[in-house]
Amino acid sequence: MTIHIIRRILPFLVLVLALPALVQAQELIAEKSFGKATNEIVVTFAAAVDRAVVENPANYRVYEEQDPDIQLVLESVVLADDQKTATLIFKEPLNARLSHVVSVSRLAESGAKATFKVMKPYLGYLLSILVGALLINNFVFTKYLGLCVFFGTSKRKDTAKGMGITFTMVIVVSAIMSWFFYQFILKPYGLNFLQIVVFIGLVSLTVQAVDTVLRKVNPALFSAFGVYLVLVIANCVIIAVPLILADNEYNFWESFMLALGAGGGFLLALYLMSSVRERMDLANIPPTFKGVPIAFIVAGQFALAFLGFSGLALF
Amino acid sequence: MATDKTNLQLVINGILNENPIFRLVLSMCPAVGISTTVMNGFMLGIAVLFVQVCSSCTIALFKNVIHPRIRIPTYTLTIATWVTVIDMVLAAYLPEAYAKMGIFIKLIVAFAIITMRLEMFASKESINASFWDGIGMGLGFMFGMMALGLVRELLGMGTILGYDVLGFKPLLFFVLPLAGFFCVGLMMAFFNYIEIVYKRTKRA
Repeated sequence: MTIHIIRRILPFLVLVLALPALVQAQELIAEKSFGKATNEIVVTFAAAVDRAVVENPANYRVYEEQDPDIQLVLESVVLADDQKTATLIFKEPLNARLSHVVSVSRLAESGAKATFKVMKPYLGYLLSILVGALLINNFVFTKYLGLCVFFGTSKRKDTAKGMGITFTMVIVVSAIMSWFFYQFILKPYGLNFLQIVVFIGLVSLTVQAVDTVLRKVNPALFSAFGVYLVLVIANCVIIAVPLILADNEYNFWESFMLALGAGGGFLLALYLMSSVRERMDLANIPPTFKGVPIAFIVAGQFALAFLGFSGLALF
Repeated sequence: MATDKTNLQLVINGILNENPIFRLVLSMCPAVGISTTVMNGFMLGIAVLFVQVCSSCTIALFKNVIHPRIRIPTYTLTIATWVTVIDMVLAAYLPEAYAKMGIFIKLIVAFAIITMRLEMFASKESINASFWDGIGMGLGFMFGMMALGLVRELLGMGTILGYDVLGFKPLLFFVLPLAGFFCVGLMMAFFNYIEIVYKRTKRA
């Protein structure tokens, strides 16, 4: 029982013990974040600091939290005129996905050392993957994938919704399965060259499984969405997402967000396109452009509009 | 059920009457995404030609032992195998071109045109006919991609195959990846126009 209690209070104990160090760092450092350029960290000190100390790169020690042995090389440090904001410029771009530990020595007269972590909020990072796949890198309008199915099923709003929802379901399930296979089977056993075969096999399996389950469990839903299941497999996006998440070594939640964003982005693109195409039926279009050609031109205009999302950074 | 077309007719059918890009409107992703130069179109065309011919022959060879209910997964896995082969060959021998085409080589596995040809043609016909049909479809795809690449390269960069032809750049817009949509749409409209004019003169 006592062990249990000790185990419970241990984290708090550690926190209390570590608090002075944290508070000290907090007193010296007001704010810290990654800079605008990829090789910058911006630190704002609480009070004006000595220029000679702060601008000397030898006083810094910076490393990624997961490998403390590898020190990152600082090129220079620039202190702004207010004597508070320092910009640390590194030789090589930083990986903003990881948290970085920075320690500054000889900052105060007493030779105090300030150590702090610089990281992006993780939830914000996950959301940025979602928004990225949904809008900024929309698979249809900026990566030009899944176009066959896109043009085939965007004639009516009902069809568009059905296809979009079915596709989102299948891609989330199959991306998660692909992630498991990639992380626990393909990578450990050095079978990376089998990526394409395994991923497409998993997709067929998912489609077949969803088909069978839906037919038994909810026949009404099946009659609404069943026809789209066959088309899912002819969509490049469904195989592009597992390949991308394997290339970027995404973890589970990142993969989930990417798949959700890809599916949602496809749904969004289909719905937008079908709304336009329903109205085009009533318009007087030259006979040479009727049907597919005008659909391509409209898609091109959507792609131009989506270009406006590039550079959007929310988090 | 054997086709009554000769080999030559099968090839021409793939290039003209049933051109994968402009007639069947299949495999549009590469046609929009990477048809910026003639060379890109040619390289991807070669890859698709290889995959189409090999998978067509494989399926035509094994059509009698494939159970109808699992035929689609079988086609997909066959294509995936051949795509893996061409993927590794290109990565090993032509790394520069491979880097340019990026993910699209791997995505050949999801190109609708190949699965469709297996379902419509190779699963019913002899190996010989399937081979020539595959050649026709592959060449049709390649010529479609190269035609798109020609227009975009000429209008965007003023060059053909990297050689300066015009000496100036008429419409830089066409090099942008998204101009692929406009380019495909306009070319389809152009072909439709030719067809309409042709029919009109024939009637008159």
